[in-house]
Amino acid sequence: MKRLSKYRRHRAAAPMLLVLALLAIGTTFSVASATPNKSALALARSASIEEGKQIFLKGCSSCHGLNAEGGAIAPSLIGVGAASVDFQVATGRMPMADMSTQAMRKKPVYTPEQVAALAVYVASLAPGPAIPGDELLNYERDGSVADGGELFRNNCAMCHNFAGQGGALTQGKYAPTVMGVEPRHIYEAMITGPQSMPVFSDKIITPEEKLSIIKWIKFAESEPALGGASLGRVGPVTEGLLVWTLGIGILIGVAVWLAMKAR
Amino acid sequence: MTARERIAGNVANYVDERTGAAAWMKKNLNKVFPDHWSFLLGEIALYSFIILLLSGTFLTFWFDPSQREVVYEGAYQPLSGLKMSAAYASTLHISFEVRGGLLMRQIHHWAALFFMVAIVVHLLRVYFTGAFRKPREFNWIIGVGLLTLGIVEGFLGYSLPDDLLSGTGIRIAEAIIQAVPVVGTYIAFFAFGGAFPGEAFIPRIFTVHVLLLPGIFLALITVHLMLVWYQKHTQYPGPGRTEKNVVGYPLFPVYMAKAGGFFFIVFGVTTFIAAVASINPIWLYGPYTPGQISAGSQPDWYMGWLDGLVRMAPPLETHAFGHTISWNILIPGLIVPGIMFTGLALYPFIESWITGDKREHHLLDRPRNVPNRTATGAMALTFTLVALINGGNDIIAQQFHLSINQIMWFSRIGIIVLPPIAFVITKRICISLQRADRELVLHGKETGRLVRLAHGEFIEVHEEISPEKKWLLTSHEQSGPLELPEIDKAGVRRTDAIRNKIRSRMSVANAEVAPKVSAQDLKEIEHH
Repeated sequence: MKRLSKYRRHRAAAPMLLVLALLAIGTTFSVASATPNKSALALARSASIEEGKQIFLKGCSSCHGLNAEGGAIAPSLIGVGAASVDFQVATGRMPMADMSTQAMRKKPVYTPEQVAALAVYVASLAPGPAIPGDELLNYERDGSVADGGELFRNNCAMCHNFAGQGGALTQGKYAPTVMGVEPRHIYEAMITGPQSMPVFSDKIITPEEKLSIIKWIKFAESEPALGGASLGRVGPVTEGLLVWTLGIGILIGVAVWLAMKAR
Repeated sequence: MTARERIAGNVANYVDERTGAAAWMKKNLNKVFPDHWSFLLGEIALYSFIILLLSGTFLTFWFDPSQREVVYEGAYQPLSGLKMSAAYASTLHISFEVRGGLLMRQIHHWAALFFMVAIVVHLLRVYFTGAFRKPREFNWIIGVGLLTLGIVEGFLGYSLPDDLLSGTGIRIAEAIIQAVPVVGTYIAFFAFGGAFPGEAFIPRIFTVHVLLLPGIFLALITVHLMLVWYQKHTQYPGPGRTEKNVVGYPLFPVYMAKAGGFFFIVFGVTTFIAAVASINPIWLYGPYTPGQISAGSQPDWYMGWLDGLVRMAPPLETHAFGHTISWNILIPGLIVPGIMFTGLALYPFIESWITGDKREHHLLDRPRNVPNRTATGAMALTFTLVALINGGNDIIAQQFHLSINQIMWFSRIGIIVLPPIAFVITKRICISLQRADRELVLHGKETGRLVRLAHGEFIEVHEEISPEKKWLLTSHEQSGPLELPEIDKAGVRRTDAIRNKIRSRMSVANAEVAPKVSAQDLKEIEHH
C-alpha cells in the first residue's frame, strides 16, 4: 500500500488512471453488448420459420407466389433449399432490381438474420441443399490449389474465364466474376446452380474438390500481377488496345519530335 | 596533323586499300532523305524486328519445343504436379526461374504487337499518300508479303508455349485448314502428323517460327530497303520539291543520328511497356488440354479481324458426295481474307488501270486530292474494323453489359452496310476539303476582323495566304477521266467494249474532284 501511495502524486498517474478506466469500461461494454458472430448456418438454426414466412410474404411473394409455388415470371421455390436462398438473397441478387436479363450482384436488401429466416422458411417447404457450415468450408486445410486450378479450367473457365474474371453468355446473360465472392456463396452456387449455371452435384465434383476450387479462387484473388499491370486478365483484347493507344501513340509522338528537331 | 588524326587516317587508309570502301561510302553517306514523321513509321517496324530477333534468340536458350508430357515441378506452385508439355513447362521455367526471363518474354511479345501495328500504320501512310505508284509497285507487294507473313509468324509464336490459349488457337487453325474442300482433312492430317493435337505440331512450327520465316523476313526486308535506297525516298509536295529531286538531309550525320537514336527509343519504350504491363500470362491460362476452354479466348489483335469474321458467319454447311463443306469457316476463314489480301497486293495495278497513269511518281499525294483512293481506303478500314470489333464481341459484351448476339448482328449487318457509307462520306469530305483549299487560294484566310466601309457596308478582311502555301494547294495534278471508245473508227462495236465501259465508268468516278484554282481563276479574281 505504501509503495502504491508513493506513486499517487506521480504526474503520469492521472493519465494512466484514465486509460485504465476507459479500457475497463470499453471491455465491460463490449462483453455485455456482444452478439456472437454467428455463421449463416448457425443463424439459420436459430431463426424461426414464421418470421421467414412474414418476410417472404412481404418481399418475395408478389413474384414467387403466396406459397412459393412460382408464377409466370418467377420459378417455384419449393425444394430449392436453404443454400439457394442464402446465395440469391445474401449476395443481393434477390429481390431483383429489374426483370431484364439476369439478377446481378448488389448490396443485399436483407440483414443476415432476415436471410436466415427466409432460408429456414423455404427449406421447410421441401428438402433441398442446405447451407454449408463453416466446418465444411475449411478450404485452407482441405483444398489443393493445383487441383483446384485444374478443376476450375475443366469445369468453370469456359464461362467464368481462365482467371475467374467472368465472361459473356448469350443474349446479354453473363457469368459473373468469381473474384471477391465469399467461399460459402461459391460453394452454394456449385450445389444449387443459380440462373444459367449448371448444378455441380457432389458426384460430379466432390465436396473436397469444391474446396480445392475455392482455394484456387482465393489464391487467384490474392495472386500478385506477376508480369506487371494485369490489364484485367481477359486475354489479348486489352493487350491489343494498349499497343494501339499508348504504345504506338508514344512512338508516333517521338517520331513527330524527331522530324521536328531538324528544322 | 596531330598524332590522333594521323592514327585515324592510317586506319581509314588501311581499310580503304583493302576494301575500296571510301568512294562508295562517300556517295552513300551523302544520300539525301526527306524529313517527315510519317516516314519513320516503317522504321518502327524494322526496329521491332531487330528487338524480336534479339529477344527471340534469348528465349530459344531455354525453350524446349516438344509436346512430350512432363510433370511440372518448378517454382510456380499453383501448377505443381500437373501434367503438361515440355514446351509449356519450359516457358514456365523461362518466366519464373530464368533471370530476366519473364521480362524477355514480355519484350518479345510486346515487340511482336508493335511490329504488326507499325507495319499496318506504315502501310496506311504509303496507301493514303499514293507512295505505291510506279516505280514502287514491287515494293508495295513485298510490303503486303511482310504483313501477311507477320500475321503467320505472330500466330506461330502465340501458339508455341502450348498454354490453354495457344492450344485453342491451334485448334481453330486446324478447323480452318480442314475447311478447305476435299483436301483440307488431309492437309490437317499431314500438318499435325496425325490427329489433333499430336506430338509433331509444336516442334514443326518452332522450326518455321525461328528459322524459315525470320530468314524470309530478313531477305524481304533487305530487298524492301534496297529498293527504297535505289528508287530514292518519296517526298511530300512543296515549293522546290519536284519529281526529279529529293529535298532533305544527308544520311550522315543527320539520319545516322536520328535513326540510331530512334532505335534505342523504340527499344526503350518496348522494354518499358514490357516491364510494367503483363502480356500473355501463360501461368494463368494453364497447360493445354483439348477438353478445356476459357471464356473470352482471343487471338492477338492482328488475327482479331479473322476471328471476328469467323464469329459472325452464319451456320452454313453442305454435304455432297460424302464431303462436308463448312461454308461458315471456308468463307470467313479463307475466301474473304484471300480476297482482302489479293486486292491489297494488286491495288497499285488496279488504280493505274483505272487512271491510265503509267508515269513515275516521286511526289506524294495529299489524301484529299485523290478522293476515290482515300474513300476506298476508308471503306477497307471500316470493313476490317467491324470484323475486329466482332472478334472481341464477348469481351465488349461483358465489359459494357451488352448482348453478344446484338453485337454479332450489328457486325453482320454493319460489315455490309458501313463500308459503302464510309466510302461516300470520306469522298464527300475529301471534295469538301478541296473546295476549302480553293476558297483559301482565291480569297485568303478569314481574319475575323470586321471593317465598316465609308458607305456603311460591313466586310470581313481576308488575308492572302503565303505563296508557298498557294503552291502547295495548287501544285497537284487533276487529270480528267479516260475516254475509251466503245465503237471503233469503222463504226463497229469493239471487242473490248464492255471492259472499256467499266474502265471509263470507274475513271469518271475517280476523276470526280472540286476543280483546283487555275491561272484563269486568279485573273478573274483580280478584276473584282
